[in-house]
Amino acid sequence: MKYLGLILSNLKRKKLRTALTALSILVAFVLFGFLAAVRVAFSQGVAVAGVDRLVVRHKVSIIQFLPASYGDRMHQLEGVDLAVHATWFGGIYQKPSNFFAQMPVEPEPFLDMFPEYILDPEEKAAWLATRTGAIVGRVTAERFGWKIGDRIPIQATIWNKKDGTRAWEFDLVGIYDGAEKGTDLSGFFFRQDYFEEARAWGEGNVGWYYVRVKDPDQAAQVAQAIDAEFANSPAETKSEPEGAFVQGFANQVGNIARILTAILAAVFFTILLIAGNTMAQTVRERISELAVLKAVGFTDRAVLGLVLGESCLLTGIGGLLGLALAWVLITVKGDPTGGAFPVFYFPIPDLVIGIFLVVVLGVVAGILPSVQAQRLQIADALRR
Amino acid sequence: MRSNGLLVDVKGVDKVFRRGAERIRVLRGLDVEIPEGEFLALMGPSGSGKSTLLNLIGGLDRPSAGQVRVAGLRIDNLSNRKLASWRARHVGLVFQFYNLLPVLNAARNVELPLLLTGLKSKDRKRRVETALSLVGLSHRLKHYPRQLSGGEQQRVGIARAIVTDPTLLLCDEPTGDLDRKSGDEVLELLQTLNTEQGKTIVIVTHDPHAAARASRTLYLDRGRLSEEPVE
Repeated sequence: MKYLGLILSNLKRKKLRTALTALSILVAFVLFGFLAAVRVAFSQGVAVAGVDRLVVRHKVSIIQFLPASYGDRMHQLEGVDLAVHATWFGGIYQKPSNFFAQMPVEPEPFLDMFPEYILDPEEKAAWLATRTGAIVGRVTAERFGWKIGDRIPIQATIWNKKDGTRAWEFDLVGIYDGAEKGTDLSGFFFRQDYFEEARAWGEGNVGWYYVRVKDPDQAAQVAQAIDAEFANSPAETKSEPEGAFVQGFANQVGNIARILTAILAAVFFTILLIAGNTMAQTVRERISELAVLKAVGFTDRAVLGLVLGESCLLTGIGGLLGLALAWVLITVKGDPTGGAFPVFYFPIPDLVIGIFLVVVLGVVAGILPSVQAQRLQIADALRR
Repeated sequence: MRSNGLLVDVKGVDKVFRRGAERIRVLRGLDVEIPEGEFLALMGPSGSGKSTLLNLIGGLDRPSAGQVRVAGLRIDNLSNRKLASWRARHVGLVFQFYNLLPVLNAARNVELPLLLTGLKSKDRKRRVETALSLVGLSHRLKHYPRQLSGGEQQRVGIARAIVTDPTLLLCDEPTGDLDRKSGDEVLELLQTLNTEQGKTIVIVTHDPHAAARASRTLYLDRGRLSEEPVE
């Protein structure tokens, strides 16, 4: 601690340079925080996917429909506890950028299948009693300022109504919360019977099924049994764990983790050069001062420690402030897209990685100048 | 351990510098003995090796051949770490251009060598105040080098050199960057430290006026020492 004052004094030597370097490090770590939150937004579905849930879709593509009758046949198979269907609605609320998922489902089995959606019993009862009723996740409700009792107009892009129009209206009867932090609270669910009755085409077909297995250890066998049940039919199926299904969906955008890692690697490499250059400059400017320190008795290792400490303090100030700022912005301001991400938060493990990166950046940026300072020959350096 | 009051014993010292393929022999088989409590001036033309000899005595550099003993300890073959520790305890250095750290005030510049000791903060502070008071700068504790005159900066440099109560005070042209009045004040101070505190002082200088303050003067030319100036 007695050397801290000396290190701080050296950092204050060129205040503007120190401030600009710390600021560039700060920006890099704010970006790190936001990219971590984006990665979570894309991958959280995988993390929270039920280990006992399968997704059964058409073997050719998810956009091919499956018969609604498959549900009963799945229930007959050994190991299947529950099968519920859902269908992509793909409507627009006010404007296309107001994206959120809408799906017709059968309320009771759907809520049974997804216990992580927490819905007030009164709201559940209202949904069961209201044919045009819909429930929505808290994030989307807050995004659009919806409250229970609102009538929500949605313009269909796929599903024309029998009357020839595309305007669907739903009565908002419930807003659900999540049982855990990563639960997707952006979905909008309405009743299958209303959808079935009103849609102009596709009757008797659904998009895909969620299947809950009795024993998660038997999930692979149950998936095989389901696919075997519908083999050689006009609508063959592909069954897979829900996590794999969500991952596959996210991968349609690309390998998000790899893209984000590439961006961060480029950013941190640049920051490393900036911080390294600052430290190299600061040592070059202080050759004779470092020699004086050695002359009065500081060991080579102590001088190395002072320069390395200065580097770590510089990256520490910028990096930790950046992580703190990212935390505050993500927690307080939330999703910068205004709700396009189902979840958006700065995970603690990424925060820990960020702190680790701050230290690594400090050491790597400072190591060469520190070694240069360590190797200074006093008599030579004093002559400069 | 000191023998016969001899503090510094330099024997057969050579110092060769390399500049590319060229080898420059600055000191040639040089012997010098400095008794404890002496105020020795080293004079000689530029490039004669005065500062090199001072650096060898202070453990800032190592001889190419020969031995350097200070207070009975052979210092030329100590490891870097041990030599640094020895310097911290036994040597005070005063430089021509003061070599104060511009980011630290006078008190914190003087405190630097004490950071290497186990002294507590309040003890360090007390010793810093005593050292600055000895050089007549107790009213300039919080001043930064840029706020001090050349003479005052050099006195801070001397305070830094004596704050650990070293065995040996080595001064490399301490008045070289000062006007006559300030130079005289610094020399007066060094003389007082020698006579009243008993410090052994070696001073490198071009200035006969400064050398006149010393109890003995040695002349260095072309790597060799003599008692008389070389014509």
